[in-house]
Amino acid sequence: MPSALAETLAVLLLVATLGCAIVRPRGLPEAVVAVPAAGLLLLLGVLPLGQAGTEARSLAPTVGFLGAVLVLANLCDRYGLFAAAGSWMASGSRGRPVSLLALVFAVASLVTAVLSLDATVVLLTPVVFATVARLRLRAKPHVYACTHLANSASLLLPVSNLTNLLAFSASGLSFARFGATMALPWLVAIGVEWVVLRRFFASDLVGHGETKDVKPLPVPVFAAAVLVMTLAGFFVTSALGVSPAFAALAGAMILAVPAVVQHRTTVREVALSIDIPFLAFVLALGLVVKAISLHGLGAVVTHLVPGGSGLGSLLVIAVVAAVLANVINNLPAALLLLPAVAGAGTGPVLAVLIGVNTGPNLTYVGSLATLLWRRILIRRGEELPIGEFLRLGALTVPPVLITTTVALWISLRVVG
Amino acid sequence: MAAMRIVIWVVEGTWQGCVDAAMQNFPADSDFSLLHVTDSEVTEAADAAAIGLFGRGFPGRKPNRRYEGVADDEAAQLLAAAAERLGHPDATQLRLHGRTEREVVRAVAEGVDVLVVARDGDRSRLGPRSLGHATRFVVDHAPCAVMLVWPDETPGIESIPAPKHGPPPPPPPHRHHDEA
Repeated sequence: MPSALAETLAVLLLVATLGCAIVRPRGLPEAVVAVPAAGLLLLLGVLPLGQAGTEARSLAPTVGFLGAVLVLANLCDRYGLFAAAGSWMASGSRGRPVSLLALVFAVASLVTAVLSLDATVVLLTPVVFATVARLRLRAKPHVYACTHLANSASLLLPVSNLTNLLAFSASGLSFARFGATMALPWLVAIGVEWVVLRRFFASDLVGHGETKDVKPLPVPVFAAAVLVMTLAGFFVTSALGVSPAFAALAGAMILAVPAVVQHRTTVREVALSIDIPFLAFVLALGLVVKAISLHGLGAVVTHLVPGGSGLGSLLVIAVVAAVLANVINNLPAALLLLPAVAGAGTGPVLAVLIGVNTGPNLTYVGSLATLLWRRILIRRGEELPIGEFLRLGALTVPPVLITTTVALWISLRVVG
Repeated sequence: MAAMRIVIWVVEGTWQGCVDAAMQNFPADSDFSLLHVTDSEVTEAADAAAIGLFGRGFPGRKPNRRYEGVADDEAAQLLAAAAERLGHPDATQLRLHGRTEREVVRAVAEGVDVLVVARDGDRSRLGPRSLGHATRFVVDHAPCAVMLVWPDETPGIESIPAPKHGPPPPPPPHRHHDEA
């Protein structure tokens, strides 16, 4: 097949794969289009079998790691860790909206760093929403803080974001070194978000919450202790040359057994929370992107991104990654860019992460995804809630992107 | 004469001031309505973040449905508390969803005498910007009289910021126009 034709076919299949993943027609799993798309590319020889095997072998441990983290986060929720965090934020704030926002920032940043951005979006945000409602304060600043920090605060550890896991396996960094290098960029990103959101929502951070019915829930000590040990396990396993995925697996098992015995959850629910169809989707998406990469776009990307670790190069890489994340969503953007910079060292790999992780706050779901999402809203006859949404993104993303990349550049010089 | 129709816009954080101002300024037999809008932008933003994850993990959880349920409960309780504070437990309660500022303007489009609104911007001093985005839109667009209240203590007149380049020179005691 001519290369141009192969490239066109692969791009079309990528669009179909992403479209299906967002629209989920009839609630079908996102793998329904992704897996056949990858299969078709293999069948037509667009993606050679050998290349597919190499790609699948390199993605499999990452996908397994993600599965274990999803289970871990879900079990923490079943033990009541998120509900306890909500009640603690409510009582700790004493009803003051700015104090509550500060606590939401702290909790959302930590949850994102340790249990991944998925946990913040799916498990923490509803708790924050309910907490704010109980206090009778305005929800907007606190909910937007969660959605923004799920992206911006996902820079710290390999487990914080699926894109980090991809970079972690591509870069060969240890867990500790990854965390040490990204600590400063992580703090800077959170700091910039705080300054902008605090100002942007000044008129919504008003009044005094009604705290008379707020009682702090007891902290689920067992779940919290297992979580802390699992976090320590990430560093220890990585230092010993073992995949940190095993620490995540061990933590999930230690939480799962008593949870099933005490009827907090069921074996079926634990199995479902691994989300096999999604993991299959990631693998298939990786193969489709690989096919695109092979037939010309990979060379274009390699040509487009500079290879050096100087401040200028890092900034260009971060901006390119952020733009790409907004055009095709951050997951395929990371799959496309990471191989192009993997040979250039730690700096460029981490700059890609800054772009693909903090960039999506500009349009939330990447522009392709935003388009589809907006079409769904129009079909439902709902108004498009885009004004404030996009204004806040436009105010935060450029400064976060630049200051965080400068912080990375400094960090690379200090940590080495 | 028909009773005045007063709509009180109930917003988290500032609603008590509006209810109190309505009680103090209008006859007790006025036709009071309490209005609350759940901003769809918030629930949709949280929903969009979940869509960005490609709906991964945590099967069976539908974030948006949870948000809307919580938001509805909270709105109902807030309006009930406002009706109680007003001393009119049977006051009309309007619970709306959508773009806050547009829903408020639409709700007072016909037959409303006064809309009671709280300032919610910088309330540490008199002067700009004492109105947030949605409130400013409502004040600008409402097709009825608007009563704008300070939801808590009103700042003193001395809190008006001084002009940027120092106070203007005092005018001369009297002018002579015979210079030309």
